[in-house]
Amino acid sequence: MVEQAVVEHTTAGVTAGRQGGVERSDAEPVNKKEKRSLYQKRIKIYPKLAKGAFRRWKWVIMAVTLGIYYLTPWIRWDRGPNAPDQAVLIDFPARRFYFFFIEIWPQEVYYITGLLILAAIGLFLITSLAGRVWCGYTCPQTVWTDLFIAVEHAIQGDRAARIRLDKAPWGVEKVLRKVGTQVAWVVIAVCTGGAWVFYFADAPTLAADLLAFQAAPVAYITIGVLTFTTYLLGGFAREQVCTYMCPWPRIQGGLLDEESLVITYNEDRGEPRGARKKGDHPSALGDCVACNQCVAVCPMGIDIRDGQQLECITCGLCIDACNSVMDKVGLPRNLIEYSTLANVERVRAGEKPRLRLIRPRTIVYSGLIAVVGAIMLFTLVTRADLDLNILRDRNPLFVALSDGSIRNGYTVKIINKQHQERVFGLELVGLPGAVLTVVGAGADPGALAVGPDSLASFRVFATAPRDSVTDGAVDVTFRIVDQAGGAASNDTVFRGPED
Amino acid sequence: MADNKEVDQISGVETTGHEWDGIKELNNPLPRWWLWTFYATCLWAFAYWIVMPAWPLISSHTAGVLGYSSREQLAKTVATAREAQSVYLNRIEDASLEEIVADSELLEFALAGGGSAFAVNCSQCHGRGAAGYVGYPNLNDDDWIWGGSLEAISHAIHFGIRSDHEETRFNEMPAYGRDELLTREEINDVAEYVLALSGSGEDAAAAARGEVTFAEQCSACHMENGEGNYELGAPNLSDAIWLYGGDKSAVVESITNSRAGMMPAWTGRLDEATIKQLAVYVHSLGGGE
Repeated sequence: MVEQAVVEHTTAGVTAGRQGGVERSDAEPVNKKEKRSLYQKRIKIYPKLAKGAFRRWKWVIMAVTLGIYYLTPWIRWDRGPNAPDQAVLIDFPARRFYFFFIEIWPQEVYYITGLLILAAIGLFLITSLAGRVWCGYTCPQTVWTDLFIAVEHAIQGDRAARIRLDKAPWGVEKVLRKVGTQVAWVVIAVCTGGAWVFYFADAPTLAADLLAFQAAPVAYITIGVLTFTTYLLGGFAREQVCTYMCPWPRIQGGLLDEESLVITYNEDRGEPRGARKKGDHPSALGDCVACNQCVAVCPMGIDIRDGQQLECITCGLCIDACNSVMDKVGLPRNLIEYSTLANVERVRAGEKPRLRLIRPRTIVYSGLIAVVGAIMLFTLVTRADLDLNILRDRNPLFVALSDGSIRNGYTVKIINKQHQERVFGLELVGLPGAVLTVVGAGADPGALAVGPDSLASFRVFATAPRDSVTDGAVDVTFRIVDQAGGAASNDTVFRGPED
Repeated sequence: MADNKEVDQISGVETTGHEWDGIKELNNPLPRWWLWTFYATCLWAFAYWIVMPAWPLISSHTAGVLGYSSREQLAKTVATAREAQSVYLNRIEDASLEEIVADSELLEFALAGGGSAFAVNCSQCHGRGAAGYVGYPNLNDDDWIWGGSLEAISHAIHFGIRSDHEETRFNEMPAYGRDELLTREEINDVAEYVLALSGSGEDAAAAARGEVTFAEQCSACHMENGEGNYELGAPNLSDAIWLYGGDKSAVVESITNSRAGMMPAWTGRLDEATIKQLAVYVHSLGGGE
């Protein structure tokens, strides 16, 4: 049964023709709800190349997003002598994340959390305003699938030619075109995986190492895995990723409301659909000329005229296809358009369509973005480049010395996030008579040197007279002061016997 | 069998022929991806049996053509780690204890290595934090029986206290009570005097009597002022630290029956570099002289 459907479909594609000056297609919406079965084998979709404003937008966005992805690791950013000069770098061995003027240490990973929260709420806001624009234009799956289809189009021709080629017996031309397509896909996939690893190491060095087969195995493995996934998801899985694998369409179902922009077929204007002669518009028919071009261009294999569907990524290509046809037959544009479900009802009720951008949910999302953004900006601006951590010895809690005085041991960790060496004086506040000593020959609590962009650890003993400790413990504060400016402190306790 | 084929009318799929209360199970084929993954794992298993150690035999196992062995792997890992450490270990072996402490790089390595060696070999008696216990000296404080210099600590680790090594440290105090060298009253007086040395005595008259006995019997080793003697391993009795407890009954017990703690000799058991690291570690705990 499944086999039959494929055969039917491929025969159907090439019987398209022209009628009434309009190119017609009997493309089938292979992912139409009625046709979906749990045991349905994937039916290949041959998206036709659409021409129009949305297609142009998609080309521009593809160029920009791919450009950002491939070129970002090559941007240089001078940070001085003690830090890498790559603008965006995730340096796992040194445990640093660099993003232009921002530098993040592992314990500051909450910046990433904040960024992810911002990205999520931003996506919520965009979705409630303009529907699944993320899916239709900027999602990597969409961008790379679009790129793979463009390659297919360049080598094998448009929809009809591709269907013909698939039906044709194997010959020199078919082999050349098919192999050429696969080779081009693999090259793109390798470049995609290749670009990824440059975010994790100095790009020029790694590029040279990769070519000389001197790079770390993990680099080759990463490239291999990403090459495989890109090739599989962009070349073959395509719309199935969105329909079956991705949770996002389901989540977005809950974010959309009747005031969100979605691709809408103006059913009241279009139906009843029917073919006609050029310039002749019988009053019994609506504006839809039943040319099926909206189905032919759809990369998701659906018919937008069936209404809102889970599969629709709102890429707008059906709008382009329909508008070209409407122009040809001399009917007004936007039979399929970005509109809202509420507007469809409004038009039906004789009201003017309007956009309600300010709604409770958009206000809540915008407010959340503002709050999270403000918190992140505040923490980023006030980010300390100096940190002091005190680890109290717990075994032994304290040491009684031969003269009766009490000694406590501490591990003092100083984090210097500046790109130059700094020297700190260490003092203990809150325990009169306490004497500090630092383990190590020549170590002086008055001059603890910490290297550039690093953490230094010191063993410090504090000794105080027996009678300065009452009730077993005294609250004390360690403080470091840099003579050149900057200070930090941290609280701890000094323990002694419990009387 | 062909006769038994039953096709479900609604789905057009063959059934298994099993029926439960009128419900029949469809015999849908396995998903392709699942099937191919299954074949791939079968192939993997066969290949694995050939190249890796896999099947147990009666007294050994199939070795596999790659000759992999987890024991060898471990030996290699350990050897690699040794190799990586050898730069420091060789330098530590060649350097004197003072040179190790003066070199911040070597010191860091020795403290880490000494800490691990201490946890494995010493913490059983001295405690994980080296704070000791009654009869087991606290190594954090500044009170030493045989001295707290790097050399003295190193010597103690090498040869032990009362160990079976011929160079072992050996101190002996007479059991004044058990061997009836002093009477009970004299012992009580001496104990009062010893406690008074660190300001915790209660009976000044007894202490005064004990001072005489102390000068006769004890000062030879513990010195006249009770400050002890590293050479003889005689503890300082005038400070605030007591190895066997600082209350009167503990002091009386020490005088009556004597004390004789012991520590094994580590030379021969631990290599020289480890002992050096241990000495540096113990010295760094805060009491090193």
